[in-house]
Amino acid sequence: MRVVIPTLLDRYTEGQREVQGAGGNVGEVLADLEARYPGIRFRLVDEHDRIRRHIHVFVGRELAADLETPVGADDTVKIVGALSGG
Amino acid sequence: MTDSEVALLIGTRKGAWIVRSSEGRQRWSTSGPFHLGATVHHLVLDPRDGQTLVMALRTGHLGPTVFRSRDWGETWEEATRPPAFGPPTGDAKPRSVNHVFWLTPGHPSEPDVWYAGTSPGGLFRSADAGLTWDEVAGFNQHPDRETWTGPDDGGTPDGPKLHSILVDSEDPTHLYIGLSSGGVFESLDRGESWTPLNKGIAADFLPEGEHDYGHDPHCLVQHPAKPERIYQQNHCGIYRIDRPETTWTRIGDAMPAEVGDVGFGIEVDPRDPDTAFVFPMDGTDVWPRISPGGRPAVYRTRDAGASWERCDAGFPREQAWFSVKRQCMSVDGGDPLGIYLGTTHGSVWASLDGGDSWAEIVRHLPHVYSLEAVPCGS
Repeated sequence: MRVVIPTLLDRYTEGQREVQGAGGNVGEVLADLEARYPGIRFRLVDEHDRIRRHIHVFVGRELAADLETPVGADDTVKIVGALSGG
Repeated sequence: MTDSEVALLIGTRKGAWIVRSSEGRQRWSTSGPFHLGATVHHLVLDPRDGQTLVMALRTGHLGPTVFRSRDWGETWEEATRPPAFGPPTGDAKPRSVNHVFWLTPGHPSEPDVWYAGTSPGGLFRSADAGLTWDEVAGFNQHPDRETWTGPDDGGTPDGPKLHSILVDSEDPTHLYIGLSSGGVFESLDRGESWTPLNKGIAADFLPEGEHDYGHDPHCLVQHPAKPERIYQQNHCGIYRIDRPETTWTRIGDAMPAEVGDVGFGIEVDPRDPDTAFVFPMDGTDVWPRISPGGRPAVYRTRDAGASWERCDAGFPREQAWFSVKRQCMSVDGGDPLGIYLGTTHGSVWASLDGGDSWAEIVRHLPHVYSLEAVPCGS
């Protein structure tokens, strides 16, 4: 599947804004990313496996509620920094 | 120290900068930004090697982390295991680090040890110069911790914090920490057990009477040559304690009533345990937290708090509404002593004569969150 990486994380992916991912749910996709891009997961998910408050993970057009959200092989997973701060 | 030079390590709401002096602290040049856009809560040099910088940062979107640099900011290496809470025990709620707020290098006899304080209040230790971090379970999992500090979502603006981690220069197992809120706590066994140390401290936001915990220390500083002496700038006044005393003395009572004794930071002259500096802020009414009356000034004591003198030469005389946060006051150890303030308006003010006069040496940075004056690196 396609995984779209926001600019605020592309230093972990050597500048790539889109990478190939694998996994049956959001948690597995992020674990797969972590294996290749160490450090990226903790910036997105806290120590209790909760997606951070200002991070949105879209599976297709739907906002993933948590790491259990299923992902299909043909889905696009898009990680974005939600509007926040000033 | 006319030939020695100084580097100011500056963390801001939008990145970090390093300002170096030349010509005997007469000229200042700025390098950076480092990690532009990230909120840098603390940037600290390891005094044991004079080379390793450790930085606590987060951005609005991403989780908190720690970086280190061994070439004065040319390259940065991220912690492979940043500070993070473990699974909750019993019925406790899971805790999540929002940001790493404070960094303290360990004792000289423990070269790669560092301590970190987080928001919400947690204490962490690294034994590899900041690359991996473990909880100090003796505090984080102490059965009374939440009773001492209150809930993780309460209190202090920007979240409750653990700060002012002090390591006794004569005993690496002897630690003090400050909790906003919670108070001051002491450990004699490298963090395995803790005892409140808050007698004599006012807490006008609590019911009347003495309280063992629940106070709001803003900043603690331990005199480097006299580690039994600790000064405290609290939400409710300025205090001093000389251990083994167990009761703090309110030395802020000697401040002028119209200025009060509220502030964030406090610093000491490393050559004179009786000399300390504060930067008062307005803690009246709704707590504006800016220079009282719009007239910024440092106050200096040379008699351990028995009296204070106003040091405002060089500061604006009116309509100047900046403030100085708790990690934003630092001294360089030079002779005469250099004192530096990083302001909420993005300036650095310096006194190179022990506080007598002040000049703005850097301006137009973002809101300064931390400032450390250190011997200058290459």
